[in-house]
Amino acid sequence: MEKFQTLVSTAVPLQVEDVDTDQIIPARFLKATTRDGFGENLFRDWRYNPDGSPKEDFVLNDSTYAGEILVGGKNFGSGSSREHAAWAIRDYPFKVVISSFFADIFKGNALNNGLLPVQVSEAFLGTIFKAIESDHKTEFKIDLVNQTITILSTGESESFEIDEYKKTCMINGYDDIDYILSLKDKIEAYEDSKIKF
Amino acid sequence: MMGKTLFEKVWDAHVVHSINDTTHILYIDKHLVHEVTSPQAFSGLEKRGIKAFRPQNTVATPDHNVPTENQHLPIQEELSRLQVAKLKDNCEKYGVQMFGLGHKYHGIVHIIGPELGITQPGMTIVCGDSHTSTHGAFGSIAFGIGTSQVESVLATQCLLQAKPKTMKIQIDGTLSKGVLSKDIILYIISKISSSGGTGYFVEFCGTAIEALSMEARMTICNMSIEMGARGGMIAPDQTTFEYIQGREFAPKGEGWDKAVAYWSTLKSDDDAKFDKELYIDAADIAPMVTYGTNPGMGVKVDSSIPTLDTIDGENNQITFKKSLDYMGFAPGDKMLGKKIDWIFLGSCTNGRIEDLRIFADYVKGKKKAEHINDLIVPGSKLVEKQAKEEGLDKIIEEAGFKFREPGCSACLAMNDDKVPKGQYSISTSNRNFEGRQGPGARTLLASPLTVAAAAINGYITDVRESN
Repeated sequence: MEKFQTLVSTAVPLQVEDVDTDQIIPARFLKATTRDGFGENLFRDWRYNPDGSPKEDFVLNDSTYAGEILVGGKNFGSGSSREHAAWAIRDYPFKVVISSFFADIFKGNALNNGLLPVQVSEAFLGTIFKAIESDHKTEFKIDLVNQTITILSTGESESFEIDEYKKTCMINGYDDIDYILSLKDKIEAYEDSKIKF
Repeated sequence: MMGKTLFEKVWDAHVVHSINDTTHILYIDKHLVHEVTSPQAFSGLEKRGIKAFRPQNTVATPDHNVPTENQHLPIQEELSRLQVAKLKDNCEKYGVQMFGLGHKYHGIVHIIGPELGITQPGMTIVCGDSHTSTHGAFGSIAFGIGTSQVESVLATQCLLQAKPKTMKIQIDGTLSKGVLSKDIILYIISKISSSGGTGYFVEFCGTAIEALSMEARMTICNMSIEMGARGGMIAPDQTTFEYIQGREFAPKGEGWDKAVAYWSTLKSDDDAKFDKELYIDAADIAPMVTYGTNPGMGVKVDSSIPTLDTIDGENNQITFKKSLDYMGFAPGDKMLGKKIDWIFLGSCTNGRIEDLRIFADYVKGKKKAEHINDLIVPGSKLVEKQAKEEGLDKIIEEAGFKFREPGCSACLAMNDDKVPKGQYSISTSNRNFEGRQGPGARTLLASPLTVAAAAINGYITDVRESN
């Protein structure tokens, strides 16, 4: 996993609530057996017409907006547990998703793939959307070490929460499995202590 | 010392190690695997050069991609065929038991776990599929995981997890005629929204829940993920024990008595404290139907779609309008009488024998509306076999429908079963997301009974006023 400490970037606004993972990557694209290439089909049905031509009014097809940050509405990533959603966003490539609320499984999947979910207040999310609307070149600084997000042009800032352990993993590019593998003795001792029927 | 909730009892019994107050290493008793979310996890093991740690604790079955006709033939669609073949290869290589296509125990992963007695109270159960929450109906902690976590469970039999908060949803009283467990859960989600349970593990309790069969309880826990909850659970009781006893993988003999003694301790203590509580009167619940593009957008079948002025906030209104636009509905529209093009009976929500019985009982001696297209799909080979033994397949076919072979089918349309663009499908599945049943398909979620009534009449019907 790639290390993440700070990021300064413009952002792409997707002002829709309840963006479910079926929209992020529709089920028919889940037949691959590798993790690569999902970015091409990110938001497939919102992004392309059935004939494959881009839908001009969708934000990923609007050259006004660019950057490594995706800003979504409340309850981002609901629905299916498919990790392919996190892979598609990361592959696009976005490195950060901002929302006022993330679905649990999506948040976990994102953190396991070097995609940082930044949860902000409803009010600050509104401020972010307005800032992008008034100037699409607005830059945001995501500082994982200090757990802050700042709108660089105005200095407005908010802190965000992240599990201390997952923060360490993101900063150092570690994953859970290496850590759990180091606990093999504890796992075996636990197994020995279990009730058996 | 303060009492514990059911959730806390099961959770605490599975903590192998605590990293800090919130993050724990949790032991997983049962790991269910299917073809879509596992290939990259098995490749991960290969990359690390390690074996599966406890392959005997894992059971696999292909379900998302399988066709529901001619299952004896090779899968026609190439990518689906390859993905299913990959599962078989991986299971052989890593020593995982698999019930493949054609096996007498094949079926949807969340249907076969309970019916084979693999699912038991007090367990931790995970699967790379959000509807793993189904198994919570037995008093287990069961939840969906991503592929990296599938790899973690294969590699270590453990998961790193943040402990969720707990919520109690208590439903007391008697359900009205025509109201099924699907209506209970759609009602709850319509009340608290598709994100109202995020961050929580929910325990469903109360006299209305205790009166339900195991299959009805599974429907409720199955859809607890649709309110954002990490999972749902119901304390095991006599109904649970009777359901499990005698099943293939259930404890036997002395082991059974020992198991029941332990399982009987799995309930929330009277003084247990939940982080959030919700109380519902069963009499307030009516047959439900969804009108929008997430499971929280549901109403009582005889109600209208909300009007714009009742929707709070600018972002909410944008989302609401986008959703109705997709569905081809207008604010304030009545749901009764809306014409339906397709019906789907099946999925891990309502593909069990009880659901087929409810449907068959309603359509018996009637004929389906001429314009209706149907997908009637049992949840497993065992459900299919039992339906045939009971003659349900005949009743269904005499009413003009086709009885298919088991799989996930048009719940998420990864196989050939798809609803065409723009057409309306009333469905017993769990998600009405845009494109869920095929690109452009318009899905309305309802109970098997409401689906049966729509299948006969061709439009949305109030089952309390028909039959």
